[in-house]
Amino acid sequence: MLPTTIPLDWYLILSAVLFVTGVVGVLTRRNAIIIFMSIELMLNAVNLSLVAFSAYSGDIGGQMFVFFIMSVAAAEAAVGLAIVLSLFRNKQTIYVDDVNVMKW
Amino acid sequence: MQIDYIGSLPLIVIWLALGAIGIVIQAFVRDNTRLVFGYYVATLGLTGLAAIVLSGHKGASFGGMITLGGYANYFDALFCGAGIMALLAARPYLQKEESEVDEFYTMLVSSVAGMMLMAHASNLVVLFVGIELMSISFYVMAGFFRTSTKSVEAALKYFLLGCFATGFLVYGMSLIYGGTGSLAYGDIARTVVTQQLTYPTLFVVGTTLLVIGLSFKIAAFPFHQWAPDVYEGAPTAVTAFMSTAGKAAAFSAFVAVFVALLPAGWTSEIAQNQQIVIAVIAAATMLLGNITAVVQSNVKRMLAYSSVAHAGYMLMGILAGPSLGTDGMNGHHAIVFYATSYLFMQMGAFVVVGILERRDGGFLNIDDYAGLHHRHPVLAALMAVFMFSLAGIPPFAGFFGKYMLFAAAIERGFTWLAIVGVVSSVISAWFYLGLIVKMYFQDAKDSGHEAPAGLAGFTLAVSVVGVVFFGLFPQLLINIFRSW
Amino acid sequence: MNYAALIPLFPLVGFAIIGLFGRRLGSEKVIGSIASLAVLASFVTAVAVFMGLTSMPADARSFTVPVYTWIATGSFSVDIAYQFDQLSILFTLIITGIGFLIHVYSTGYMHGDRSFPRFFAYLNLFVFMMLNLVLASNFLLTFLGWEGVGLASYLLIGFWYDRKFEGSGIVWTGDAAKKAFIVNRIGDFGVLLAMFMLFNAFGTLEYATINAQAGVVLGGQETLVTMITLLLFLGCTGKSAQIPLGVWLPDAMAGPTPVSALIHAATMVTSGIFLIARTNVLFAMSPTTMAVVTGIGITTALIAGTVGLVQNDIKKVLAYSTVSQLGFMFTALGVGAFTAGVFHVMTHAFFKALLFLGSGSVIHGMHEEQDIQKMGGLKKYMPITYKTFLVGTLAISGIPLFSGFFSKDEILWFAWLNGSPILWAVGALAAFCTAFYMWRLTALTFLGKERFDHHHVHPHESPKSMTIPLIILAVLSAVGGLLGIPHVLGHPLHLPNLLEEWLAPIFANGVALLPKHTGDHTALEFTLMAVSVGIGAFGIWLAHSLYKDGTEKARALGARFSAVYKLLWRKYGVDEVYDVLIVSPIVVFSRSFLWKMVDVVLIDGIVNGSARFVASTGNVIRRIQTGVAQHYALIMMVGIIALIAIVTVPMLK
Repeated sequence: MLPTTIPLDWYLILSAVLFVTGVVGVLTRRNAIIIFMSIELMLNAVNLSLVAFSAYSGDIGGQMFVFFIMSVAAAEAAVGLAIVLSLFRNKQTIYVDDVNVMKW
Repeated sequence: MQIDYIGSLPLIVIWLALGAIGIVIQAFVRDNTRLVFGYYVATLGLTGLAAIVLSGHKGASFGGMITLGGYANYFDALFCGAGIMALLAARPYLQKEESEVDEFYTMLVSSVAGMMLMAHASNLVVLFVGIELMSISFYVMAGFFRTSTKSVEAALKYFLLGCFATGFLVYGMSLIYGGTGSLAYGDIARTVVTQQLTYPTLFVVGTTLLVIGLSFKIAAFPFHQWAPDVYEGAPTAVTAFMSTAGKAAAFSAFVAVFVALLPAGWTSEIAQNQQIVIAVIAAATMLLGNITAVVQSNVKRMLAYSSVAHAGYMLMGILAGPSLGTDGMNGHHAIVFYATSYLFMQMGAFVVVGILERRDGGFLNIDDYAGLHHRHPVLAALMAVFMFSLAGIPPFAGFFGKYMLFAAAIERGFTWLAIVGVVSSVISAWFYLGLIVKMYFQDAKDSGHEAPAGLAGFTLAVSVVGVVFFGLFPQLLINIFRSW
Repeated sequence: MNYAALIPLFPLVGFAIIGLFGRRLGSEKVIGSIASLAVLASFVTAVAVFMGLTSMPADARSFTVPVYTWIATGSFSVDIAYQFDQLSILFTLIITGIGFLIHVYSTGYMHGDRSFPRFFAYLNLFVFMMLNLVLASNFLLTFLGWEGVGLASYLLIGFWYDRKFEGSGIVWTGDAAKKAFIVNRIGDFGVLLAMFMLFNAFGTLEYATINAQAGVVLGGQETLVTMITLLLFLGCTGKSAQIPLGVWLPDAMAGPTPVSALIHAATMVTSGIFLIARTNVLFAMSPTTMAVVTGIGITTALIAGTVGLVQNDIKKVLAYSTVSQLGFMFTALGVGAFTAGVFHVMTHAFFKALLFLGSGSVIHGMHEEQDIQKMGGLKKYMPITYKTFLVGTLAISGIPLFSGFFSKDEILWFAWLNGSPILWAVGALAAFCTAFYMWRLTALTFLGKERFDHHHVHPHESPKSMTIPLIILAVLSAVGGLLGIPHVLGHPLHLPNLLEEWLAPIFANGVALLPKHTGDHTALEFTLMAVSVGIGAFGIWLAHSLYKDGTEKARALGARFSAVYKLLWRKYGVDEVYDVLIVSPIVVFSRSFLWKMVDVVLIDGIVNGSARFVASTGNVIRRIQTGVAQHYALIMMVGIIALIAIVTVPMLK
């Protein structure tokens, strides 16, 4: 499929909408796992924009970057779930606003 | 793809040692922390040595994604040195806390590998991988005391906010890629100079987001809020490492990125706009960090807030930029000098805190330090030297770092910013000296017994020698900088 | 004369040896000897360098000994280099000479202290830093010394950290130390900013270059010169305890007495005068700054002098006296009488060190008693201390032929000649206060009835190690003034003003920029001299008649002041009218207003108030650190949106 049929702007707008959705999720949800899923959404929005740029400029670099982002996201997921798990073992909660021993 | 195997040796050594041999050792030799510890100290030593030997070997490698020699190799050596110091300090600390696990050393060395990538990067992809490798290792290390509420809380906050910031960082990179059509620093710089930006707005928003992502890593206002909580909650040995080497790594990337994004200095109208933004961030960071540190009662938290302020000082060097002629004050050199001296003084301070810390997490209040010089005259004297250096009092290294940063800012017309810096320095003298007053001019409340410093003594010795030596002979470092 | 670089080295070695080995060196004798010999070695070397300088032609008496390049980046290059010339060698001789005497004295005074080695390590460190300050060939090395002496002073003020100390807003000696350090930091950063500006203008921080090119580089830029010099002067007000940063010095008396003598009287507090003398060309280029220096100097001299009238702590009287005398020195600098200012630094170093050491001897003999209301009649128990203290009192009061007479009179004369008669009058009033409180101190301590408890206190003379330095300083206080005999006295007798001739090349460029007052004023000068001597003598006489028998008379006077005015008139006659009309109002005014209002409320209030402001701001802004990660993310988001808006909005136009 030739990318010229759909303008680049559309991809960018979609990616921005996805990104903002992710941001809003991070800011509004209490559950640590859902917050992390929102962050994943932000990263995937970025992936979309990278692929779009790459396709329109004919440069392969952007698509290569996407693979790195995906693998880093996987590593983050592994670490993140482990942290959430040990949080639950310590405090029997995964709600972020319950975790505020250190403040001020 | 062209690979300069000789020049890339530091990277190759640490990658092989970590990814191939290290994993094998840990897989087959169970629970031999001593072996793993020694192995990684040797690895970092070898890597650092290779970096020093090859520092004159300049060029590019891995298809131009990596720069070699000079600046990057200096940071390699710095990170490896910091890594060794942190390893030596961490072992007695972890043993005291009865949580010594060999994976800790692996995580620390892999964060060093990430930092080295950040300094070597000449491509946004490599920068991203480096930042994430460092950060993910830090997330794990921050939460290393799995049963400690504070440690896990630190890890969670660091992880969530760090990933959130990463989202903006990569979005910024993506927009820069869209705006310039390339991910390589060199190509980006060329496009900016020749003004062939395909989408200028995307590029400007992208650079802003990239700066925000990096500002998070250096803990600049208003992206600093993770730092006090994480530095307080993380195991002290980890805080010692990530608040120093982590900050130095973020600044090494910051400087390299700015050279690419602003090849012509702060001349264009957009750049001047960004310059004011960074100046305001720097001022707010310095003031906020120091003013909040004044009212802290926990030593780690106080040092954490003050570490925020130090990032503000270093941002002044970004503003000043490289020297325009041959005889100006070089803002980037000032940053590297400051990062180096900060590494010694801040790590030294945290290591002292770690030695004194009790198994149950006690002895972290500033009041606990009362009369310390009776019970531990040497530790108290070392702490006093670190505090004086952090407060910027000559002849310690911290003074010259600050001097160069302030001078560079004034030279570029940011007199008001230097005055803010000076004022916040006066404020910082209050709490740094407050600790000395506690240690020297008050009597002890309790007389506990601390574990012997052990290997951490070596870290302290190196730190204090660094703080004093580079204060008396700053020229040695500056000569290195000028050879780049 | 490369060996001159050894001068600062000796005390550094002393500091290193004592600091590293401490008690392991052996007895107090060994430690005290190492520390004293280190300073003596510097003094001997300094004398040799001085001799070398005298053998050179007068306009070439300057040489620099580079040690190594400290830092060089771009055009910014600073050497560790020591500059020996007329000014720096004079200060070096004072520092090492008096420093040596005070080291010897301290071996007696600190005998038996549990931290004896620590004390001498700090003292050597101080001498090293002070020598760096005065010998530096550039601003940055001076600044190193400047901070270093502050550090040493800080360590020594808090030396007896476990003692309570009553000061304004503080309870422990440690608080006094911290206060001194932080107040000084404010001034130090003035110096730092001035250094940046000087480097921007000159491209160097070398004194020689700056002084030589000042006219070319800064000519016509009076605002810039005024800013630079005012910032430098801010540093001077910190180090030399002038208004508004002078609050720390009276509290610094928490330190051991030899420290007060060396650091807070003879040497460190005069570094402000040194800095202005070093950069006299810059100061002379800005009439505004000179006026500010004069104004601050004379105001400080008067306020501190009047506050000194009502103090009852022997060391606090001397502390306020020091502040007041420093004010005199700044007045001299401000009216362009640089030599007179430096001359007073020298004579003041002699007699104030003497007075402090004398007071230390009294405190030592009285078992740590410092309240002069509980002394009296010590003359017969401590004859040597009494006699030497008397010499110091006469010298500071400006009694002819004692050293203070020459220097103070020269300052007052130039205040009239280059300033105005009003300036002279205020100075004379301050001089009156000086004579009054010093005699009050002497009388209450050594004369009259014994008011101490004989069962618990057995006054005794101090050991030889303490009295011999007192005698040497007394001799210097008596005859030291002969180095600077004013022309009006020296000319008819064919006696030269040695000091003025010696320092002339240093101040030549600065003085050349200032307006000249020529003509023959011999008669006027003699008259003013006579008047000021009379004022001093009157102050002594008044204090003597009031306090020779203790405080009752003065107290009675105060009590009857309002009630039985007429009775008092008839009974005490004309003498007491003077008391009532002049002394009591001053006493009441200074006690109720100047001390309480100006010193405690206003000046201390500014320092303590800004400290409270910072702390309460900190307490407010720490609240944004709620502890909840999402709140942090929200604040980040606000910041991100703001930054993107700031950067992109201009692009939309």
